[in-house]
Amino acid sequence: MPDPILSIHGLDAHYGDFQALYGVDLAVERGQVLAVIGANGAGKTTLMRSISGLLRNAPDAVRWQGRPIGALRADQIAALGIALVPEGRLLFPSLSVEENLIIGGQLGRKGPWSLTRIYDLFPILKERRNVPATALSGGQQQMVAIGRALMSNPELLMMDEISLGLAPVIIKSIYEALPGIVGEGLSAIVVEQDIAKALSVSSHVTCLQEGRVSLTGGSGELSRDAISKAYFGV
Amino acid sequence: MDWINAIIQGALLGGLYALFAAGLSLIFGVMRLVNIAHGDLIVLSAYVALTTSVGLGLNPLLALVIVVPVMAAFGYALQRLILNRTMGDDLLPPLLVTFGLSVIIQNALLMGYSADPQKLQAGPIETASVSLGPITLGVMPVLVFAVAVAVIAGLQWMFYRTALGRAFRATSDRQDIAQLMGLNRAHVFGLAMALSLAVTALAGVFLGIRTSFDPAAGASRLIFGFEAVIIGGLGNLWGTLGGGVILGIAQTLGAKINPGYQILAGHLVFLLILAIRPRGLFPRMDG
Repeated sequence: MPDPILSIHGLDAHYGDFQALYGVDLAVERGQVLAVIGANGAGKTTLMRSISGLLRNAPDAVRWQGRPIGALRADQIAALGIALVPEGRLLFPSLSVEENLIIGGQLGRKGPWSLTRIYDLFPILKERRNVPATALSGGQQQMVAIGRALMSNPELLMMDEISLGLAPVIIKSIYEALPGIVGEGLSAIVVEQDIAKALSVSSHVTCLQEGRVSLTGGSGELSRDAISKAYFGV
Repeated sequence: MDWINAIIQGALLGGLYALFAAGLSLIFGVMRLVNIAHGDLIVLSAYVALTTSVGLGLNPLLALVIVVPVMAAFGYALQRLILNRTMGDDLLPPLLVTFGLSVIIQNALLMGYSADPQKLQAGPIETASVSLGPITLGVMPVLVFAVAVAVIAGLQWMFYRTALGRAFRATSDRQDIAQLMGLNRAHVFGLAMALSLAVTALAGVFLGIRTSFDPAAGASRLIFGFEAVIIGGLGNLWGTLGGGVILGIAQTLGAKINPGYQILAGHLVFLLILAIRPRGLFPRMDG
């Protein structure tokens, strides 16, 4: 088995005195799509914040291609090729659609993604490229958020609850675009509350429950019973 | 004709106030930092120019070539070494630190230069003037106004057309997400302060050529700067120029009525506008 591109070992994460993650272990291999599922408050977003450097941790808790990165700042981690599509999209309201995409690529990492390719993937964004990003519909904003992350040509793309608050038909079209995104050796972590969606796009799944890993395995191999037990803790 | 003359002189004075205000507006816009030391930094720039021009025998206008980069470097270091440590969700700690900085700068200048008023000697250009019919315009006020317009236009262009401006706006919108884009907040803030103090250096040199200054002269410059920003509307650079012009005109018209009313008239117009349009005359449309 090849070495994982990202490995997390014994990760404890805190917000002040409150501990949100307890000894989380997890690994992502190159080209793999890992789904992270769990109920509200299980620690999924905290895990994303920890990997992306928005929440800083013990150096050894997070390793990227063998190198300890747990204590690095978010901008240093972005430069390594880890991109996050944050929960709630969080576009820059003062920037146009195109500027939001450009700023995503401002690190200048080489790779397949460019403005042209983002516009090919989401043609509607090209039409509306000079509009302030927050004037778009929720689904279009989510496309900008994904495009903004891709513009950095990441090796690992993390998507936090990209279906939250969107109409089912929009969710469907965004998920249909996913295979075209992760097809080129890009690894991904998909955080979802919707278990069926998460299982359909991933090869492996990790379930969090109250800050701990409650289940991990291949997406096709886990039984519904095992998942709901790990998800709800009953 | 006297009144028209007063209005024109006031408008030109407004250019100087816009330069006081532009740096203030810039850092408030990028990092929500209220810089109480801004006026003292203007005065500090004037003293740096004094030392450079006297020491090297340069015209103070030429000394700008040295003063601007020196102040910009000072701004970057100040932000990285001190102010960044106080930045957070709370506006108060950085405000208090800049208040302390204001006290330190004033007293350091007092120790270094004494309380005697000083002036920058720019030579014949100070008294040169051009006549347009019945109106006589000083070359210096016209130059200052032109520089103010150029600075505002340059900042506007930088903000909306360059990668640096994009980084400023993104960081201003959402600091943590900007960090995810690979922008180091500490560095971006340092650049904003450097740019702010570069503009401050211009303002300080023009101030020192126009009038005499002493170590305590910063406070009123800070107030003029604040008033110009508020009159114009927060976050609107052209508005800041407009605010400076309105303040300048109010002051010269006040002085025309009675020389003792100059400063008072400016404050009254400011309060009036604040009462009628609390968000300023030209508030930013978005947000």
